[in-house]
Amino acid sequence: MDFQPQIVAFLCNWCSYTGADLAGTSRMKYKPNVRAIRLMCSGRVEPAFVLRAFIRGADGVLICGCHPGDCHYQEGNYRCLRRYHLLQKYIQQMGIETQRLKLEWISASEGKQFGDLVNSFTETITKLGPSKIKETMEILS
Amino acid sequence: MEGKKPKLKLAVYWAASCGGCCVSVLDVHEKLFDVVAAADLVFWPIALDIKYQDVEEMPDGHIDVTLFNGAIRNSENEYVAKLLRKKSKILVAYGSCSHLGGIPGLANLSSKEEILRRIYDESESTVNTSHVRPEPECEVPEGTLELPVFYNDVRALDKVVDVDYYLPGCPPQTERLVEVFMAIVTGAELPPKGSVVGAGIKAQCEECVRKKTENKVIHKFYRPWEINDDGVTCFLEQGVLCMGPATRSGCGHRCIKGNAPCRGCYGPLDDITDPGARMMSAVASIIDTKEPKEVEKILEDLVDPAGTFYRFSLPTAMIRRTLP
Repeated sequence: MDFQPQIVAFLCNWCSYTGADLAGTSRMKYKPNVRAIRLMCSGRVEPAFVLRAFIRGADGVLICGCHPGDCHYQEGNYRCLRRYHLLQKYIQQMGIETQRLKLEWISASEGKQFGDLVNSFTETITKLGPSKIKETMEILS
Repeated sequence: MEGKKPKLKLAVYWAASCGGCCVSVLDVHEKLFDVVAAADLVFWPIALDIKYQDVEEMPDGHIDVTLFNGAIRNSENEYVAKLLRKKSKILVAYGSCSHLGGIPGLANLSSKEEILRRIYDESESTVNTSHVRPEPECEVPEGTLELPVFYNDVRALDKVVDVDYYLPGCPPQTERLVEVFMAIVTGAELPPKGSVVGAGIKAQCEECVRKKTENKVIHKFYRPWEINDDGVTCFLEQGVLCMGPATRSGCGHRCIKGNAPCRGCYGPLDDITDPGARMMSAVASIIDTKEPKEVEKILEDLVDPAGTFYRFSLPTAMIRRTLP
Protein backbone atom coordinates (compact mmCIF):
# COMPACT_ATOMS: atom_id res chain seq x y z
CA MET A 1 0.00 0.00 0.00
CA ASP A 2 1.11 3.53 -0.69
CA PHE A 3 2.55 5.43 2.22
CA GLN A 4 -0.05 7.83 3.61
CA PRO A 5 1.70 10.31 5.89
CA GLN A 6 0.07 11.46 9.10
CA ILE A 7 0.38 15.18 9.49
CA VAL A 8 -0.55 17.18 12.57
CA ALA A 9 -1.53 20.78 11.87
CA PHE A 10 -1.69 23.40 14.59
CA LEU A 11 -4.03 26.12 13.35
CA CYS A 12 -4.77 29.42 15.04
CA ASN A 13 -8.40 30.12 15.75
CA TRP A 14 -8.65 33.55 14.16
CA CYS A 15 -7.00 33.13 10.77
CA SER A 16 -5.73 29.70 9.83
CA TYR A 17 -8.51 27.55 11.25
CA THR A 18 -11.05 29.88 9.70
CA GLY A 19 -9.11 29.63 6.44
CA ALA A 20 -9.23 25.83 6.65
CA ASP A 21 -12.94 26.12 7.40
CA LEU A 22 -13.40 28.23 4.32
CA ALA A 23 -11.74 25.54 2.25
CA GLY A 24 -14.28 23.12 3.68
CA THR A 25 -17.40 25.26 3.24
CA SER A 26 -16.27 26.12 -0.30
CA ARG A 27 -16.10 22.36 -0.94
CA MET A 28 -12.49 22.49 -2.06
CA LYS A 29 -10.78 19.14 -2.30
CA TYR A 30 -7.42 18.58 -0.72
CA LYS A 31 -5.43 15.68 0.70
CA PRO A 32 -6.94 14.02 3.77
CA ASN A 33 -3.64 13.51 5.60
CA VAL A 34 -3.85 16.51 7.92
CA ARG A 35 -5.23 16.26 11.44
CA ALA A 36 -6.12 19.80 12.45
CA ILE A 37 -5.73 21.00 16.02
CA ARG A 38 -7.27 24.36 16.77
CA LEU A 39 -5.46 26.69 19.12
CA MET A 40 -6.35 30.23 20.04
CA CYS A 41 -3.07 31.53 18.63
CA SER A 42 0.02 30.20 16.90
CA GLY A 43 1.89 31.76 19.84
CA ARG A 44 0.33 29.00 21.95
CA VAL A 45 2.33 26.36 20.09
CA GLU A 46 4.97 25.24 22.53
CA PRO A 47 7.98 23.36 21.17
CA ALA A 48 6.84 20.48 23.39
CA PHE A 49 3.61 20.16 21.36
CA VAL A 50 5.59 19.68 18.18
CA LEU A 51 8.01 17.21 19.74
CA ARG A 52 5.16 15.23 21.26
CA ALA A 53 3.41 15.01 17.90
CA PHE A 54 6.62 13.58 16.44
CA ILE A 55 7.18 10.98 19.15
CA ARG A 56 3.55 9.87 18.91
CA GLY A 57 4.09 9.08 15.26
CA ALA A 58 3.42 12.19 13.19
CA ASP A 59 5.36 12.16 9.92
CA GLY A 60 5.09 15.92 9.60
CA VAL A 61 3.97 18.91 11.64
CA LEU A 62 2.42 22.00 10.12
CA ILE A 63 1.98 25.23 12.08
CA CYS A 64 -0.23 27.96 10.64
CA GLY A 65 -0.90 31.41 12.03
CA CYS A 66 -2.06 34.85 10.98
CA HIS A 67 0.08 36.84 8.58
CA PRO A 68 2.69 39.11 10.21
CA GLY A 69 0.98 42.17 11.59
CA ASP A 70 -2.45 40.49 11.62
CA CYS A 71 -2.23 38.57 14.89
CA HIS A 72 -5.38 38.83 16.99
CA TYR A 73 -3.11 39.13 20.02
CA GLN A 74 -0.68 41.62 18.45
CA GLU A 75 2.42 39.44 18.35
CA GLY A 76 1.66 35.82 19.09
CA ASN A 77 2.63 34.83 15.57
CA TYR A 78 6.04 36.49 15.96
CA ARG A 79 6.70 34.40 19.05
CA CYS A 80 5.72 31.37 17.04
CA LEU A 81 8.10 32.41 14.27
CA ARG A 82 11.06 32.70 16.65
CA ARG A 83 10.32 29.37 18.31
CA TYR A 84 9.93 27.75 14.93
CA HIS A 85 13.43 28.81 13.86
CA LEU A 86 14.98 27.59 17.10
CA LEU A 87 13.06 24.34 16.88
CA GLN A 88 14.25 23.82 13.31
CA LYS A 89 17.80 24.18 14.49
CA TYR A 90 17.23 21.75 17.33
CA ILE A 91 15.51 19.01 15.34
CA GLN A 92 18.22 19.22 12.72
CA GLN A 93 20.80 18.57 15.43
CA MET A 94 18.80 15.54 16.58
CA GLY A 95 18.87 14.08 13.08
CA ILE A 96 15.28 14.88 12.14
CA GLU A 97 14.71 16.20 8.61
CA THR A 98 13.84 19.91 8.90
CA GLN A 99 11.30 19.57 6.08
CA ARG A 100 9.08 17.62 8.46
CA LEU A 101 8.26 20.85 10.28
CA LYS A 102 6.71 23.77 8.42
CA LEU A 103 5.40 27.18 9.37
CA GLU A 104 3.09 29.10 7.03
CA TRP A 105 0.81 32.10 7.37
CA ILE A 106 -2.80 31.49 6.30
CA SER A 107 -5.43 34.20 6.62
CA ALA A 108 -9.16 33.64 7.12
CA SER A 109 -9.81 34.27 3.44
CA GLU A 110 -7.12 31.93 2.14
CA GLY A 111 -9.03 28.66 1.88
CA LYS A 112 -7.49 27.93 -1.50
CA GLN A 113 -3.97 28.60 -0.20
CA PHE A 114 -4.61 26.28 2.74
CA GLY A 115 -5.67 23.46 0.42
CA ASP A 116 -2.62 24.01 -1.78
CA LEU A 117 -0.35 24.10 1.27
CA VAL A 118 -1.74 20.79 2.58
CA ASN A 119 -1.29 19.21 -0.84
CA SER A 120 2.29 20.37 -1.27
CA PHE A 121 3.28 19.55 2.31
CA THR A 122 1.73 16.07 2.04
CA GLU A 123 3.71 15.56 -1.14
CA THR A 124 6.96 16.65 0.55
CA ILE A 125 6.39 14.26 3.46
CA THR A 126 5.39 11.41 1.16
CA LYS A 127 8.68 11.85 -0.65
CA LEU A 128 10.59 11.87 2.64
CA GLY A 129 8.94 8.63 3.69
CA PRO A 130 7.75 7.52 7.13
CA SER A 131 9.32 9.21 10.15
CA LYS A 132 11.63 7.04 12.25
CA ILE A 133 11.22 9.15 15.38
CA LYS A 134 8.54 7.09 17.14
CA GLU A 135 10.32 3.83 16.40
CA THR A 136 13.70 5.14 17.60
CA MET A 137 12.27 6.55 20.85
CA GLU A 138 10.46 3.31 21.63
CA ILE A 139 13.60 1.19 21.70
CA LEU A 140 14.61 0.59 25.31
CA SER A 141 11.85 2.73 26.80
CA MET B 1 17.92 -4.02 75.13
CA GLU B 2 16.98 -0.48 76.25
CA GLY B 3 14.89 -0.14 73.14
CA LYS B 4 17.85 1.28 71.28
CA LYS B 5 16.87 1.95 67.71
CA PRO B 6 18.73 -0.25 65.24
CA LYS B 7 21.03 1.71 62.99
CA LEU B 8 19.97 2.46 59.45
CA LYS B 9 21.79 0.58 56.74
CA LEU B 10 22.97 2.97 54.07
CA ALA B 11 24.47 2.23 50.65
CA VAL B 12 25.95 4.60 48.08
CA TYR B 13 26.71 3.44 44.56
CA TRP B 14 28.10 5.05 41.44
CA ALA B 15 27.17 3.93 37.95
CA ALA B 16 28.07 6.10 34.94
CA SER B 17 29.13 9.18 36.88
CA CYS B 18 32.16 11.32 37.55
CA GLY B 19 32.40 10.55 41.26
CA GLY B 20 31.33 14.05 42.26
CA CYS B 21 28.14 12.77 43.85
CA CYS B 22 30.08 10.42 46.11
CA VAL B 23 32.33 13.33 47.04
CA SER B 24 29.26 15.43 47.82
CA VAL B 25 28.29 12.77 50.35
CA LEU B 26 31.71 13.23 51.96
CA ASP B 27 31.12 16.99 51.96
CA VAL B 28 28.83 16.64 54.94
CA HIS B 29 32.09 17.29 56.88
CA GLU B 30 31.63 17.05 60.64
CA LYS B 31 27.98 16.17 60.14
CA LEU B 32 29.39 12.83 59.01
CA PHE B 33 29.53 11.92 62.70
CA ASP B 34 25.76 12.42 62.95
CA VAL B 35 25.32 10.28 59.88
CA VAL B 36 27.58 7.53 61.18
CA ALA B 37 25.87 7.67 64.58
CA ALA B 38 22.56 6.97 62.90
CA ALA B 39 23.63 4.73 60.05
CA ASP B 40 25.99 1.97 59.03
CA LEU B 41 27.43 2.25 55.56
CA VAL B 42 27.08 -1.25 54.16
CA PHE B 43 28.17 -0.59 50.57
CA TRP B 44 30.09 2.34 49.13
CA PRO B 45 32.62 1.43 46.44
CA ILE B 46 34.43 4.79 46.49
CA ALA B 47 35.27 4.46 50.20
CA LEU B 48 34.76 0.89 51.39
CA ASP B 49 36.05 -2.43 50.12
CA ILE B 50 32.77 -4.30 49.85
CA LYS B 51 32.25 -6.52 46.82
CA TYR B 52 29.17 -7.09 44.67
CA GLN B 53 29.15 -10.62 46.04
CA ASP B 54 28.67 -9.29 49.56
CA VAL B 55 25.63 -7.34 48.37
CA GLU B 56 24.30 -10.39 46.51
CA GLU B 57 24.44 -12.34 49.75
CA MET B 58 22.39 -9.80 51.69
CA PRO B 59 18.73 -10.70 52.22
CA ASP B 60 16.22 -8.78 50.08
CA GLY B 61 15.28 -5.40 51.54
CA HIS B 62 18.31 -5.51 53.85
CA ILE B 63 19.52 -2.00 53.01
CA ASP B 64 17.31 0.82 54.28
CA VAL B 65 18.41 3.59 51.94
CA THR B 66 20.49 3.45 48.76
CA LEU B 67 21.77 6.62 47.17
CA PHE B 68 22.30 5.66 43.55
CA ASN B 69 24.27 8.13 41.48
CA GLY B 70 25.23 7.88 37.84
CA ALA B 71 23.38 6.97 34.67
CA ILE B 72 22.94 3.51 33.14
CA ARG B 73 25.59 3.22 30.43
CA ASN B 74 26.47 -0.49 30.39
CA SER B 75 25.32 -3.90 31.57
CA GLU B 76 27.24 -3.62 34.86
CA ASN B 77 25.37 -0.41 35.76
CA GLU B 78 22.09 -2.11 34.96
CA TYR B 79 22.93 -5.24 36.90
CA VAL B 80 23.89 -3.34 40.06
CA ALA B 81 20.83 -1.07 39.75
CA LYS B 82 18.56 -4.13 39.70
CA LEU B 83 20.52 -5.77 42.50
CA LEU B 84 20.34 -2.70 44.74
CA ARG B 85 16.65 -2.27 43.98
CA LYS B 86 16.05 -5.77 45.29
CA LYS B 87 18.19 -5.27 48.38
CA SER B 88 16.95 -1.79 49.32
CA LYS B 89 13.81 -0.54 50.99
CA ILE B 90 14.26 3.00 49.63
CA LEU B 91 16.12 3.64 46.39
CA VAL B 92 17.03 7.26 45.77
CA ALA B 93 18.17 8.51 42.38
CA TYR B 94 20.92 10.75 43.67
CA GLY B 95 22.19 13.51 41.39
CA SER B 96 21.46 14.60 37.84
CA CYS B 97 22.85 11.50 36.12
CA SER B 98 20.54 8.99 37.76
CA HIS B 99 17.70 11.51 37.90
CA LEU B 100 17.75 12.71 34.27
CA GLY B 101 20.73 11.11 32.55
CA GLY B 102 23.13 13.95 33.28
CA ILE B 103 26.30 14.84 31.43
CA PRO B 104 26.99 11.20 30.40
CA GLY B 105 23.55 11.34 28.77
CA LEU B 106 24.89 13.74 26.16
CA ALA B 107 26.49 10.64 24.62
CA ASN B 108 23.02 9.99 23.20
CA LEU B 109 23.92 12.59 20.58
CA SER B 110 26.18 9.86 19.13
CA SER B 111 25.68 6.16 18.51
CA LYS B 112 27.68 3.39 20.16
CA GLU B 113 29.53 2.79 16.90
CA GLU B 114 30.44 6.48 16.54
CA ILE B 115 31.74 6.60 20.09
CA LEU B 116 33.83 3.43 19.79
CA ARG B 117 35.19 4.48 16.40
CA ARG B 118 36.26 7.86 17.74
CA ILE B 119 37.92 6.43 20.84
CA TYR B 120 39.52 3.28 19.45
CA ASP B 121 40.40 4.42 15.94
CA GLU B 122 40.21 8.10 15.20
CA SER B 123 41.38 9.85 18.34
CA GLU B 124 44.66 11.71 17.72
CA SER B 125 46.43 10.05 20.63
CA THR B 126 45.36 6.51 19.77
CA VAL B 127 47.61 4.03 17.97
CA ASN B 128 45.51 0.96 17.31
CA THR B 129 46.75 -0.59 14.09
CA SER B 130 44.97 -3.90 14.65
CA HIS B 131 41.70 -2.07 15.36
CA VAL B 132 41.10 -3.73 18.70
CA ARG B 133 37.67 -3.04 20.17
CA PRO B 134 36.48 -4.00 23.66
CA GLU B 135 34.63 -7.31 23.57
CA PRO B 136 32.25 -8.51 26.31
CA GLU B 137 34.15 -11.81 26.40
CA CYS B 138 37.76 -12.59 25.64
CA GLU B 139 39.52 -15.95 25.76
CA VAL B 140 42.99 -16.02 27.36
CA PRO B 141 45.05 -19.07 28.44
CA GLU B 142 43.88 -18.55 32.03
CA GLY B 143 40.20 -18.61 31.09
CA THR B 144 37.51 -16.19 29.91
CA LEU B 145 37.75 -12.49 30.67
CA GLU B 146 34.56 -10.47 30.81
CA LEU B 147 33.75 -6.84 30.28
CA PRO B 148 30.35 -5.16 30.72
CA VAL B 149 28.37 -4.67 27.50
CA PHE B 150 28.47 -1.06 26.34
CA TYR B 151 24.92 0.05 25.44
CA ASN B 152 23.91 2.23 22.54
CA ASP B 153 21.82 4.48 24.78
CA VAL B 154 22.45 6.11 28.13
CA ARG B 155 19.42 5.85 30.39
CA ALA B 156 18.30 7.41 33.64
CA LEU B 157 17.89 5.11 36.65
CA ASP B 158 14.08 5.05 36.54
CA LYS B 159 14.14 3.69 33.00
CA VAL B 160 15.70 0.52 34.41
CA VAL B 161 14.25 0.08 37.92
CA ASP B 162 11.53 1.50 40.13
CA VAL B 163 12.79 4.62 41.93
CA ASP B 164 11.38 5.90 45.22
CA TYR B 165 12.79 9.41 45.36
CA TYR B 166 14.83 11.78 43.26
CA LEU B 167 17.46 14.05 44.77
CA PRO B 168 18.57 16.34 41.95
CA GLY B 169 21.74 18.33 41.41
CA CYS B 170 25.17 18.08 39.88
CA PRO B 171 26.08 17.30 42.55
CA PRO B 172 23.16 17.62 44.99
CA GLN B 173 23.81 20.27 47.58
CA THR B 174 25.09 18.49 50.67
CA GLU B 175 22.85 20.43 53.07
CA ARG B 176 19.81 19.08 51.20
CA LEU B 177 21.14 15.54 51.55
CA VAL B 178 21.58 15.96 55.31
CA GLU B 179 18.01 17.31 55.60
CA VAL B 180 16.58 14.37 53.68
CA PHE B 181 18.72 11.89 55.56
CA MET B 182 17.73 13.31 58.93
CA ALA B 183 14.05 13.18 57.91
CA ILE B 184 14.46 9.45 57.26
CA VAL B 185 16.40 8.88 60.49
CA THR B 186 13.94 10.74 62.70
CA GLY B 187 11.06 8.89 61.10
CA ALA B 188 9.40 12.04 59.78
CA GLU B 189 6.57 11.49 57.36
CA LEU B 190 8.06 10.88 53.93
CA PRO B 191 6.67 12.46 50.78
CA PRO B 192 4.78 10.27 48.29
CA LYS B 193 6.79 7.86 46.23
CA GLY B 194 8.25 9.34 43.08
CA SER B 195 8.72 12.80 44.60
CA VAL B 196 11.67 15.03 43.99
CA VAL B 197 13.13 15.65 47.44
CA GLY B 198 15.77 18.03 48.70
CA ALA B 199 14.78 20.74 46.23
CA GLY B 200 12.33 23.61 45.85
CA ILE B 201 9.05 23.79 44.00
CA LYS B 202 9.66 27.11 42.28
CA ALA B 203 11.76 28.09 39.29
CA GLN B 204 15.25 29.42 39.87
CA CYS B 205 14.22 32.85 38.55
CA GLU B 206 11.64 33.30 41.27
CA GLU B 207 14.30 33.19 43.95
CA CYS B 208 17.13 34.73 41.98
CA VAL B 209 18.70 37.84 43.48
CA ARG B 210 19.75 39.35 40.17
CA LYS B 211 17.85 42.39 38.94
CA LYS B 212 15.12 41.63 36.42
CA THR B 213 12.88 43.89 34.38
CA GLU B 214 9.51 43.08 32.84
CA ASN B 215 10.68 43.86 29.36
CA LYS B 216 13.09 41.00 28.64
CA VAL B 217 14.47 41.01 25.11
CA ILE B 218 17.52 39.46 23.47
CA HIS B 219 19.26 41.19 20.57
CA LYS B 220 22.25 38.87 20.48
CA PHE B 221 23.37 35.75 22.32
CA TYR B 222 26.70 35.93 24.08
CA ARG B 223 28.93 33.35 25.69
CA PRO B 224 29.57 34.22 29.34
CA TRP B 225 33.15 35.34 28.61
CA GLU B 226 32.02 37.73 25.89
CA ILE B 227 30.21 40.10 28.21
CA ASN B 228 31.37 42.39 30.93
CA ASP B 229 29.02 41.06 33.57
CA ASP B 230 27.96 43.73 36.05
CA GLY B 231 27.18 41.07 38.65
CA VAL B 232 23.69 42.49 39.17
CA THR B 233 21.57 42.25 36.01
CA CYS B 234 19.71 39.08 34.98
CA PHE B 235 21.90 36.96 32.71
CA LEU B 236 19.18 36.53 30.09
CA GLU B 237 18.78 40.29 29.88
CA GLN B 238 22.50 40.51 29.18
CA GLY B 239 22.09 37.99 26.36
CA VAL B 240 23.71 35.07 28.18
CA LEU B 241 21.72 31.84 28.21
CA CYS B 242 20.66 30.97 31.73
CA MET B 243 18.48 27.92 32.37
CA GLY B 244 16.81 29.58 35.37
CA PRO B 245 13.29 29.89 33.90
CA ALA B 246 12.90 26.13 33.39
CA THR B 247 14.95 24.85 36.33
CA ARG B 248 13.90 23.83 39.81
CA SER B 249 15.21 25.86 42.73
CA GLY B 250 16.89 24.44 45.81
CA CYS B 251 20.56 24.57 44.92
CA GLY B 252 21.11 27.83 46.74
CA HIS B 253 22.07 29.53 43.46
CA ARG B 254 25.61 28.31 43.64
CA CYS B 255 26.35 29.17 40.02
CA ILE B 256 24.56 32.52 39.97
CA LYS B 257 26.35 33.57 43.15
CA GLY B 258 29.59 32.64 41.45
CA ASN B 259 28.58 34.91 38.55
CA ALA B 260 27.92 32.02 36.19
CA PRO B 261 24.55 31.38 34.52
CA CYS B 262 22.38 28.45 35.61
CA ARG B 263 23.05 25.28 33.63
CA GLY B 264 19.91 23.46 34.69
CA CYS B 265 21.27 20.62 36.83
CA TYR B 266 18.30 20.61 39.23
CA GLY B 267 16.07 19.58 36.37
CA PRO B 268 12.52 20.48 35.42
CA LEU B 269 9.75 21.64 37.71
CA ASP B 270 6.92 19.26 38.53
CA ASP B 271 4.63 20.38 35.72
CA ILE B 272 7.27 20.31 32.98
CA THR B 273 7.75 17.12 31.04
CA ASP B 274 10.50 18.34 28.77
CA PRO B 275 12.80 20.95 30.32
CA GLY B 276 14.61 21.77 27.10
CA ALA B 277 11.42 22.38 25.16
CA ARG B 278 10.17 24.72 27.86
CA MET B 279 13.42 26.60 27.84
CA MET B 280 13.44 26.87 24.04
CA SER B 281 9.95 28.27 24.24
CA ALA B 282 10.99 30.88 26.79
CA VAL B 283 14.23 31.92 25.13
CA ALA B 284 12.97 32.07 21.56
CA SER B 285 9.97 34.19 22.41
CA ILE B 286 12.12 37.02 23.77
CA ILE B 287 14.31 37.35 20.69
CA ASP B 288 13.88 40.97 19.70
CA THR B 289 13.00 40.89 16.01
CA LYS B 290 10.09 40.15 13.73
CA GLU B 291 12.10 39.34 10.61
CA PRO B 292 12.74 35.66 9.82
CA LYS B 293 16.23 36.44 8.48
CA GLU B 294 17.11 38.41 11.62
CA VAL B 295 15.83 35.58 13.83
CA GLU B 296 18.07 33.13 12.02
CA LYS B 297 21.02 35.47 12.32
CA ILE B 298 20.54 35.90 16.08
CA LEU B 299 20.16 32.12 16.48
CA GLU B 300 23.49 31.57 14.71
CA ASP B 301 25.20 32.44 17.99
CA LEU B 302 23.33 29.64 19.71
CA VAL B 303 25.62 26.96 18.41
CA ASP B 304 24.49 23.88 20.30
CA PRO B 305 20.77 23.92 21.18
CA ALA B 306 20.57 20.24 22.17
CA GLY B 307 23.66 20.41 24.39
CA THR B 308 22.58 23.69 25.93
CA PHE B 309 18.91 23.08 26.61
CA TYR B 310 19.28 19.38 27.44
CA ARG B 311 22.67 19.50 29.11
CA PHE B 312 21.53 17.34 32.02
CA SER B 313 18.35 15.81 30.69
CA LEU B 314 18.83 14.38 27.21
CA PRO B 315 18.03 10.70 28.05
CA THR B 316 14.73 11.72 29.68
CA ALA B 317 13.77 14.26 27.02
CA MET B 318 11.05 13.55 24.50
CA ILE B 319 13.61 13.24 21.71
CA ARG B 320 16.08 11.38 23.87
CA ARG B 321 18.70 10.53 21.27
CA THR B 322 19.71 11.44 17.75
CA LEU B 323 18.09 9.52 14.95
CA PRO B 324 20.24 6.93 13.16
